[in-house]
Amino acid sequence: MSEVGTLSRDQATSQSPALTRLVKAAEVGGPSPDNEGPLYAPRREIYPQSVSGTFRRIKWTLLIVGCAIYYLLPFVRWDRGPNAPHQAVLIDLPGRRFYFFFIEIWPQEVYYITGLLILAAMILFLMNAVAGRVWCGYLCPQTVWSDLFFAIERWIEGDRRDHMLRDERKWTLETYARKAVKHFLWLMVAWWTGGAWVLYFADAPTLVKELATGQAPFVAYVFIGILTFTTYTLAGHMREQVCVYMCPWPRIQAALTDEYALNVTYRYDRGEPRTAVAKAQELRARGEPAGDCTNCKQCVRVCPTGVDIRNGADVACIQCGLCIDACNAMMKKLGRPPGLIGYDTDMNIKRRMEGKEPIIKLVRVRTVLYAAIIVIAGGIMLFTLATREDEGISVIHDRNPMFVRLSDGSVRNGYTIRIVNKHLKTREFALNFNGLPATLIDLVGVPPREDGEPWIEVGPDQTRELRVVVTDYGLPPPPATQVVFRLTDIATGQQTIAHDHFFAPEVR
Amino acid sequence: MAHKEVDKLSGTATTGHEWDGLKELNTPLPRWWLWTFYATVIWAIGYWIVYPAWPLLTTATEGAFGWHTRSAVVADLSQLHAQRGPMMVKLTNASVAEIVADSQLTDFARAQGRVAFADNCAPCHGAGGGGGRGYPNLNDDDWLWGGKLSDIEQTIRHGARSGDKEDHEGNMPAFGREGMLKADQISAVADFVRSLSGLPTEPGADLALGKKVFADNCATCHGPEGKGNRELGAPNLTDSIWLYGPEKETIMDVIYNGRGGTMPAWQGRLSEPIIKSLVVYVYSLGGGEK
Repeated sequence: MSEVGTLSRDQATSQSPALTRLVKAAEVGGPSPDNEGPLYAPRREIYPQSVSGTFRRIKWTLLIVGCAIYYLLPFVRWDRGPNAPHQAVLIDLPGRRFYFFFIEIWPQEVYYITGLLILAAMILFLMNAVAGRVWCGYLCPQTVWSDLFFAIERWIEGDRRDHMLRDERKWTLETYARKAVKHFLWLMVAWWTGGAWVLYFADAPTLVKELATGQAPFVAYVFIGILTFTTYTLAGHMREQVCVYMCPWPRIQAALTDEYALNVTYRYDRGEPRTAVAKAQELRARGEPAGDCTNCKQCVRVCPTGVDIRNGADVACIQCGLCIDACNAMMKKLGRPPGLIGYDTDMNIKRRMEGKEPIIKLVRVRTVLYAAIIVIAGGIMLFTLATREDEGISVIHDRNPMFVRLSDGSVRNGYTIRIVNKHLKTREFALNFNGLPATLIDLVGVPPREDGEPWIEVGPDQTRELRVVVTDYGLPPPPATQVVFRLTDIATGQQTIAHDHFFAPEVR
Repeated sequence: MAHKEVDKLSGTATTGHEWDGLKELNTPLPRWWLWTFYATVIWAIGYWIVYPAWPLLTTATEGAFGWHTRSAVVADLSQLHAQRGPMMVKLTNASVAEIVADSQLTDFARAQGRVAFADNCAPCHGAGGGGGRGYPNLNDDDWLWGGKLSDIEQTIRHGARSGDKEDHEGNMPAFGREGMLKADQISAVADFVRSLSGLPTEPGADLALGKKVFADNCATCHGPEGKGNRELGAPNLTDSIWLYGPEKETIMDVIYNGRGGTMPAWQGRLSEPIIKSLVVYVYSLGGGEK
């Protein structure tokens, strides 16, 4: 630590004596071994430096695409006909429906969410098995929004050095003004983030109008307020502390990983011993070994979580690849090959040091298993979606009384039937009953058709509950007979059946 | 006080405590964690101000906005009533016949009637109206006082032997206790009553005596053929439904001691729409007559 620290202090403090204190504070950080140490550790302020390169471009692309989807998706329209909302993605809580383009989910089909969660977990595990914390580095909303807030911060308060200097010097009116503008912009982004969230729960254009004119439901404003607060706090102020202290995934990830998983790795076989540029050239000219790492610390300066990747795997490292970009840029300037930091494994470093070939093994038991589970779960979901019934019938037998004996000795059973119509238009159904030879079926409150057949109308995307009484004239009926209710769509002939029992007293 | 043991791997001091070889690192909490604690304290103070919080001697602090669980329940109930209001007005203004003719009103009345039945009627008639010994089953097609909509409405509104001015009257006298019939006559007529619905009689039963006793004493109310009389609530004795049971001992007990179950009058105790909902619900259980 001492050698590294001296170097960095020398570099940083040549600008400002005030920075010395900051750097000292940052580096002393933890408790001193000489006493009990502080009860509470202050946060180390992180000023990540801007960087450009392949991974930065990937991150910008994902940020723009991800935010565009999040902010604009509620406005995408999808024509479902006259009896359903025209919003492509809508969680209709009062109507108890979830719409996703051509998919409509009813509350009893919420098991699809189980499937989605299985898929999400397995995709996360697969990403981890292939290339470590891909989710953390590129896709996690905490990363994406923090990145967005960093960009605003750099735009207003300047890049790392300007920002640090301004913070350390006596604050001028300009400093205050810049900070005020930054926080205002952060709050605007946070507010828009919360605003976009509520648009998924109601017709977006209508709700925007209502929000603007103050006529939206109170709960909408409450949720916008809560999400504005959380976005502003988590992305603006908490940042890497969310990943380090709050998020469970780094811990789970560390337990799930194996020696073949590619991670952002400092190739110490190539980097060590760290040697100053001039010294390294001298040594190489003499044919002596010299590490490629010049201890320029660019990798540390660009890191959004304040990690020194050269210390090895770190729970705080979100593996965003920005240190790769920073190091590659430096290597290019020095005329050395890129890739001193790259996606690699510790195992390969050791193998190279032993003169063996590195191993990149993507097809492993765990990647195959994760992929298989993804394919199976996804396949099951697709199959159930494709074969989803759009009519349904469920039957509940009366519990009390189980059966009724009529005055002529015949037996009657009562059932409550619910007919489900998942079509977006009104449908007409016929209900038949099979299983007993001589029966009379009566639909309470449903007028019969002209030909005497019971004829049940169910509204679009609705259910209808009916009471059905069945009287058996066959004497004497057995104590329990299995019976079938058959629901037929009169227009299409589509049929659905439900099984139940017909009960009768024991013959004495 | 101070101890200097430092964990070699992490460079962090330990607390000095050891459990089976495990030592706890003395890692300080991040400061923001402390802030969340202060935030909860501030939240609690805000909570005291906004909500009823501190118990006083006879009451409690009211809260800045007067919010109260009781007032919240009242508000919820009034919202529910407002929601149901239009349907309740329709139920109040429509006759039960009109309600049954309208499927939307029927669904509403049946749903509401089911709940009202469980609250008011189920103690005697059973959940689902299955009845019990002495309490009629409302699902079957045998009605003491009639099973048409108007009959059911009349019974629910005014009850049976309830003391209401328009209630159903008519009692089965205690033929034995009052000394009107002798034991052998009661036995004979009980056998005769069983024979009316085709039930087996005791060997050596005097059916002729029974028939004569029936014609002299019972036919007035139960009819010459024993088919009953709904005006008087006299059950049909020829079907297979028995209010108290078909055993000879039970029938003799009924004849000796008399019977006359009561049902309270619900008019005045329940609101108009609830009474009509109960009528529609009972009617739709399966035994309603056209």
